[in-house]
Amino acid sequence: MSDADIIAPPAAADAGASAPARSMNMIQAVNSAMDVMMGRDPSIVVLGEDVGYFGGVFKATEGLQRKYGKTRVFDTPITECGIIGVAVGMAAYGLRPVPEIQFADYIYPALDQLVSEAARLRYRSAGEYVAPITVRTPFGGGIFGGQTHSQSPEGIFTHVAGLKTVIPSTPHDAKGLLIAAIEDNDPVIFFEPKRIYNGPFDGHYDRPVTPWSRHEASAVPEGYYRIPLGKARIVREGGDLTILAYGTMVHVAAALIAEKGIDAELIDLRTLVPLDMETIAASVRKTGRCVVVHEATRTSGFGAELSALVQEHCFHSLEAPVERVTGWDTPYPHSLEWAYFPGPVRLGEAIRRVMED
Amino acid sequence: MTSETGRRNLRPLSLHVPEPKFRPGDSVDFSDFDIPAAGSVARPEIGVAPAEIRDHVYTLIRVLDGEGRAVGPWDPKLAPERLIAMLRHMALVRAYDDRMYRAQRQGKTSFYMKCTGEEATSVAATYALDHEDMCFPSYRQQGILIARDWPLVDMMCQVYSNEGDRLKGRQMPIMYSTREGAFFSISGNLATQYPQAVGFAMASAAKGDTRIAAAWCGEGSTAEGDFHSAMTFASVYRAPVILNVINNQWAISSFSGFAGAEATTFAARAVGYGIAGLRVDGNDALAVYAATEWAAERARNNYGPTLIEHFTYRSEGHSTSDDPTKYRSAEENVKWPLGDPVARLKQHLIVLGVWDEERHAAMDREVAEEVRVAQREAEKLGVLADGLKQPFETMFEDVFEEMPWHLKEQRDQMLAERKAAGI
Repeated sequence: MSDADIIAPPAAADAGASAPARSMNMIQAVNSAMDVMMGRDPSIVVLGEDVGYFGGVFKATEGLQRKYGKTRVFDTPITECGIIGVAVGMAAYGLRPVPEIQFADYIYPALDQLVSEAARLRYRSAGEYVAPITVRTPFGGGIFGGQTHSQSPEGIFTHVAGLKTVIPSTPHDAKGLLIAAIEDNDPVIFFEPKRIYNGPFDGHYDRPVTPWSRHEASAVPEGYYRIPLGKARIVREGGDLTILAYGTMVHVAAALIAEKGIDAELIDLRTLVPLDMETIAASVRKTGRCVVVHEATRTSGFGAELSALVQEHCFHSLEAPVERVTGWDTPYPHSLEWAYFPGPVRLGEAIRRVMED
Repeated sequence: MTSETGRRNLRPLSLHVPEPKFRPGDSVDFSDFDIPAAGSVARPEIGVAPAEIRDHVYTLIRVLDGEGRAVGPWDPKLAPERLIAMLRHMALVRAYDDRMYRAQRQGKTSFYMKCTGEEATSVAATYALDHEDMCFPSYRQQGILIARDWPLVDMMCQVYSNEGDRLKGRQMPIMYSTREGAFFSISGNLATQYPQAVGFAMASAAKGDTRIAAAWCGEGSTAEGDFHSAMTFASVYRAPVILNVINNQWAISSFSGFAGAEATTFAARAVGYGIAGLRVDGNDALAVYAATEWAAERARNNYGPTLIEHFTYRSEGHSTSDDPTKYRSAEENVKWPLGDPVARLKQHLIVLGVWDEERHAAMDREVAEEVRVAQREAEKLGVLADGLKQPFETMFEDVFEEMPWHLKEQRDQMLAERKAAGI
């Protein structure tokens, strides 16, 4: 990524989605979202470990400090609790912080500030104080990161009243959703599926990675556009069953149904809270069968919530029990990560079961 | 409610954001470094009140002078054989690191972290501890295991996640663990081991045991809340623990200023908590040994904890995942004013008349060969790149002592699905 790629002329920031698109990977798209928004709104600040001069360990903030200065894009001490606590205070002043937690696995020291503070500030002050913070954090496995660089903790955050949870699956969505998250006046946890930063992943770890440039969703408008939170995307229409997925698993599911010629309706949830129940219910009422897929552990995972909602909303349309394909209820192992990862084999088996019933 | 004084004439505030002195391409000048002379810092009694030695947190305890002589009250006066053994262990750590780093670059494993330039901070410290003393390391203290003569093959098997890996391939490379070696399971999260070390020491004290504990973390990690929780507990309960901060100047791309080094030293963190603090030249193996020995004696005699800042330099990248030339000047390493710990100890032995260039070169060949032999042995049990080396069902073991029904069900499901798919 050259400087010329990052630094668009200021006019482009307002050009809208009709502005020329160019091919971006997900890191570039996330970078572009922050760039566009920082250009439009001087209250936006980016902070986190290694995000300044270095541009982040995944390079998502590259060039931003050079362009917007050190008081708007800065490195922090290594204290996730401090990063989020400081963001809450900056938000109290009137800024719109976009903190990065380097890996979602490192977010736990910040739980108190997120769960007890950011999430409840609006409620406990009756709207006097708010926390319009967007916490960006790479999550998910598939990079041999072991148990401290692979987790998918989204279920911990969807369980908390007052937090929104967003998970993009393409560069195009990543930029539009991140812009919407930054503009949102409530705290948003924005999980970035790091396995697909550089290209969509079909779940076959032994096959070469396809770069984003060969995927249509890598065409990202240069300027401002937003994808509303709470709106799912139907990736592929189908009649036989509904697959609910988000992040990396959207691509695993898409590749599998294409390969096997399954007439599945694949829905990319994009936002877990608030959830687009309308799209989900309409689809399941049509197909009568539903498979829920996520990489996170199974017990009390977001799949349990989805499964319950589908039964509450679509019980009379269901022709088979809702199936969940998830990570196992173990820590993410290093060497066995591909046995842990809910890949095509497991998804294929679940689809077979749900179609048999 | 408005302020009575009004705000019209107040100066605008400005935000200070730290900036390192040198960035890529800059020529490096460390001439403004204030380096106290070797031997210039007093060695207090081990029972001294922390308030009496506050100066020790702002200076540098150094034993080896520019010529390689050991001078002053902190000279531990170790026997030459002991010094040679220490030198050999440090050289072995370096040889091990070089070999494993190369193995990662050859694609044999996923990740590696070297401790080049910091060998003294773990090897010499371990020499001053008993082998039974419990170590709570961060991820750059392979020197503890090597100084305790832990088998290299066992360490390599962990790095390779192979059939010989006692941790069953569950942990990323270098996240060693051995109860027998009194070396706590390494976590990828930062500073979590600090309060754990204090807790171990408190337990040992509560039980009237004689073992003490030691923890290591980087200067960057002192920002984590766990560091401060540990300091509070250590102080309150006068825990028999040595808390080491390895100030290697860089936390991935963030220089030590982002952990507070522009304002004070890391050893000075001890002052606020009322515990003894020492600041040591971390590239001087004798100073590291002497400070650790002092802190260990203090702990063993119920005088409580010591925080030791080891002032050193991370000569290489943070890990195999970053390129340090992207964020710091390559000259820093070359011009580091406190030299290299291996070279300095070697020079000292030469000055003592017990060592020479030939013997040193022979030792380097020996340790390289020892590492090569161990690597061949470890690779017989496979490398990560060969594919999955652990039986799949091991994934579900050790989540709990007894496997609950849902894990048994998941294990059986996994095996059945793999079988059905013919893999």
